[in-house]
This record gives sequence, structure tokens and C-alpha cells, in this order.
Amino acid sequence: MSFLEIENLSISFGGVKAVDDVSFAVEEGSVYAIIGPNGAGKSTIFNLLSRFYEPLSGLLNFGGNDLLKLGAKDIARLGIARTFQNLELFEHASVLQNLLVGRHVHNSQSWWRQVLFTSSVIEAELEHRRKVEEVIDFLELAHYRNQMISGLPYGVRKKIELARALCIEPKLLLLDEPSSGLNPEETEEMGFWIEDIRRDLNITVVLIEHNMSLVAEVSDRVLAIVNGRVVAEGDHAFVQSNSEVVSAYLGDVQ
Amino acid sequence: MRILFKTNYKQDLNLAKHGGHRFWYGLLILVLFAAPLILDGYYIGEATRILIYAMAGLGLMVLTGFTGQVSLGHAAFLAIGAYTNAWFLAQGFSSFVALPMAALLSMIGGLLVAIPAARMSGIYLAIATLAFAIIVEDVAGHLNTITGGNRGMMVDVPILFGYQIWESWELYLFVLSVLVAATLAVLNILRSPLGRAMIAVRDSEVSSQALGVNPMKIKVFAFTVSAAITGLAGAFLAHYMSFLTPQIFGILLSIQLLLMIVLGGLGTVHGVFFGAVLIGVLETGISIAKDIMPSSIGGLPGIEPFVFGAILISVIVFEPTGIYGRWIKIRSYMEFFPIYRRKSFKRQRAYLKTERLR
Repeated sequence: MSFLEIENLSISFGGVKAVDDVSFAVEEGSVYAIIGPNGAGKSTIFNLLSRFYEPLSGLLNFGGNDLLKLGAKDIARLGIARTFQNLELFEHASVLQNLLVGRHVHNSQSWWRQVLFTSSVIEAELEHRRKVEEVIDFLELAHYRNQMISGLPYGVRKKIELARALCIEPKLLLLDEPSSGLNPEETEEMGFWIEDIRRDLNITVVLIEHNMSLVAEVSDRVLAIVNGRVVAEGDHAFVQSNSEVVSAYLGDVQ
Repeated sequence: MRILFKTNYKQDLNLAKHGGHRFWYGLLILVLFAAPLILDGYYIGEATRILIYAMAGLGLMVLTGFTGQVSLGHAAFLAIGAYTNAWFLAQGFSSFVALPMAALLSMIGGLLVAIPAARMSGIYLAIATLAFAIIVEDVAGHLNTITGGNRGMMVDVPILFGYQIWESWELYLFVLSVLVAATLAVLNILRSPLGRAMIAVRDSEVSSQALGVNPMKIKVFAFTVSAAITGLAGAFLAHYMSFLTPQIFGILLSIQLLLMIVLGGLGTVHGVFFGAVLIGVLETGISIAKDIMPSSIGGLPGIEPFVFGAILISVIVFEPTGIYGRWIKIRSYMEFFPIYRRKSFKRQRAYLKTERLR
């Protein structure tokens, strides 16, 4: 059994089949890319994995856990972290606070201890802070630590969202278009980080990406989706040469 | 300009971040506790009212400012706290029983509202809480045996260790001590995981869920804490008024509370106090001005809501971050004096957010 298994997943919004009978499996320790034109249903797959949407049919299995039995709030506890396509940071909080929210699943202090801020809470807070600082070091965010999100540029926000996901200490990381809105330099940097995350932190990565050179650089396997259907799966060279993928991106050859 | 040299993560957990904080907040608390030595009875009474407003505002701030749940019915929790306190005192219990019971019953009220309300947001939540407040006001009007109905109810003075608190300065000190404790509790919540989860739910429910926060639970928690603190404020309001009628706890009081925290600065503890002082001073000022002005103007009904409304509109237009936001700007102007730039606080453009999933 694979690390992450998705079988015959379908969902429709109104009459539109956004995801239609999609199956794929992700091996532990690999980087898996999902590509496809806009509106192909890539982000919908992530939202299904996050349990924001209820699928019409299909199976979602992560490390032996049936995700369909869980709610959206339980997914992080299993070790699945994600980022969002258009950023969902906590705008009116500092970078540090954002990252500390990523430690929420590791909090075990009762509410009354928190109200009294007992020494056990202080100990736990210091431990969370140390973990957060590791991530800050890893992604070189030290400079922004105490700034409010609402004043930061887009590229930095993108990094902070990645950092926040890493603070969960996940086993699986879902990245929704990590390079969108980044300049070529930042995109290259993002590629290095994804490699580091896989190699040094031992985290399996699934990413949705439009930038083919980034996909080619980091991914082990690629899944191409068009109109909610899988059209090709394999290594990036194989997928990129697939005629259906080519026609979806470039149009049909006359 | 102060530059903090941090050598320990623990420094970031401290409430007072540096010597300046320790000095000024210490001095403030000292002055507040010493105020009865300087001020006479009338002003101590006014100050007590401001403290009670601040306590109620603190409760509302937990819910609206930090968790992002609008409540148009917080007067209901004031009412529950006030009547519970008065009833228990009338039964011969001391304040040590009556006050916690006021907080507890208000908390239960909060829980009852929270369970359906946690599923609502925005305008629907506002309407639901408004309805709750109207129900509570109505019930208070009809429960003749407990609340005295519309004829009203006398409130006994607080009793601590068999000692009756008659003097206004004694009540002032009592309210102040409880307010300091409540503020510390709120500050503690804010610097621990629960407070961060509240802010997370406020700013993005979707991603808070993806990070393992249960928004429902956090909202219910915020509602109960908020109701408990507001209930305590209600209990003291009962003492301040010394005579309760259901009309006190009308929609206007709820709106006034909301106005207070918006004026002060949403999402900050400082804002609660700034707002309470402003509203308290304005109320006094308006009533004094009414006496001075010719009766053709001073006698007009609805001057208070008019002035409050006008102020609310101008704050929203000119300073959406409230008095505390303005204070931050003034402070950094002074800190950076020759090189301060007006654009320092210009809001960067907000980036598009993920299309809402629900």
C-alpha cells in the first residue's frame, strides 16, 4: 500500500464534473507533481484531501487512515500540511504568531492552564518557539519574524505560508502552486527548498504547479489532469510528450 | 527610539517587554488604585462606570476583536450577570457566591448562544445575537418573582467577609481589582495557543482548519469567556445602578459596547480601555453640555445616539484602527521624530484570498 492513495475520486459542482474518477498513488519520500490547465480540478483535489469538500465517490487513504472518516480540522493532526493557491495567512498577526499557529496540533495544555499561563504552558511555549525558530532558520525568515503579515510583499508571504505548513512537522506537504507570483529567482529558490524539504526533513511533497521547469527539476512523478480527468501519469518527460497534454496546453495540431 | 536586545525566547512571552513597559504600566495601576485619595465621590463614581464599561468591553473584545464574531446582543450578558448577582445577594449570599454565579450563569447563557451561533457568521450572527438580547430583555421583564419585572429591582450592596461595601471608593477598588484580574486572564489567553487560534479563526477560518484548529470549539470558547467577563461587568453594573430595570439592557447598550471597542481599536486590549474612557467621558460631557445649552437644543431627545453615531462614522472614515491605532502612529512619530514618514502606516494592498470554500 502506498503512502497516499486516491482512488476513483469524483466531485461535481452543479452540473460540472470538477474531478472525474481520478486515481493516483504517492510513494513515501517522493515529490509528486500535478499539472493541468486552469480549471482542470487540481486545487479541487487538494481541497478534497483537506476535507473541505465532500466527494461524490472515491477513497482517500493516507498511511492507513481513511481520510473520509475525518473532518477538515483533523487532517493536520495526521501530518498533512498544505499551502493555498492565493495565500491564506492570518493578516493581522505577526509572522511569528502565524508560524506558532502551525504548532497548534502539538499543543496539549488545558484551557485553564493557558488562562493562568502556568509554568507548564511557558515550557510548552518555549518548545514551540524553538521548533518555529528551526523553520525560520531553514527558510531564512529571521528578518521578518516580528513583522505583521499585512505589510509584507507577496514573495515573502508565500515563503511564510510554506514555513507555517512546515511548523506542523508534517509527513505530507501539499503545495498549491508554490511558484505562482514569484519572480524567476524566487522560483529557483523555491525549487531548492522543495528539494531540501524532501531530502533533509524527509517530507513527502505533492505539488500543483504550472512552471514546467520547476516541475521537471523537483518531481519524481507527474500527473496531468484535463477537465477533471487524468490524461497521463509518469515521469515528467513522458507526461510532457503525451499528445493529450500537449493539445490541452497548446491546442490541437491542424 | 528603543532597540531591544533579545537573548532569550522567554522575553517574548513576558507581558511587559521592557523597563519602560514595567514602569509606565506599574505607575498606571498605582495611580488607579490611589485615585480615591485624590478624587471626590462624584468622579470616583464616574471612574467606576468607566471601569465597568471597560470590563464589558473586554468581554466583547475577546469575541469580536479577537475571534471576529460580531455580537449585537452583549447587553444580554450584562443583564444576566446583573440580575444573577442581585438575586443571590437578595437571598443573603455574599459577593463571593453572587459574583461567580453571575459569571457562571452568563457563561451558560453564552454557551447556549454559542452552539448555534458558532455555525453562523457576519450579518446572520449579528441578528441571532440581537434576537438573544431581545429575548433576555423580555424575559427579565416578565420574570416578576426574580427580577421584579418592569417595576424594577433594588440591588443590595456587595458583601465581602460580612463587610458591606457602601462607599463609592470601596466599590471602585473592588471593580478595579476584578478588572485587573480579568485583563490579565485575557492577556494570558492571547499569548497562549488558544489566543492564537482565536486570531487564526478571525483572519482565515479555512486555513485555521487546515492547521488543525477546530473553529467551532474556538468560537464556543470565545463566546463563553466573553460572556463570563461581560457577566461580571453586569454584576458590577447592578451595584453601580443600585436599581435594575430591564430597559437598561436594551439594544442601545449593546450597540454602545460595540461602538466602544470599534472606537478604541478593534483587536487590541488597549483599545478596550481607550474606548471605555472615551465613551464614559463623552456621556458625562454630553449630560453636562445638555444642562448648559438652551433647553430648545439641550432638551432634544436622542442627542447622545446622534453624537455617538457621528463619532463612529468619522472614526470609520478617518481612523479605522481606532484610538489605539492613532496612538501607535503618534508614538512612532515621536520615536522616529525627524525621519518619520506619513506613508509608514499606509496599508499595503491586500492580496487576493482563496475563493471561499463555503
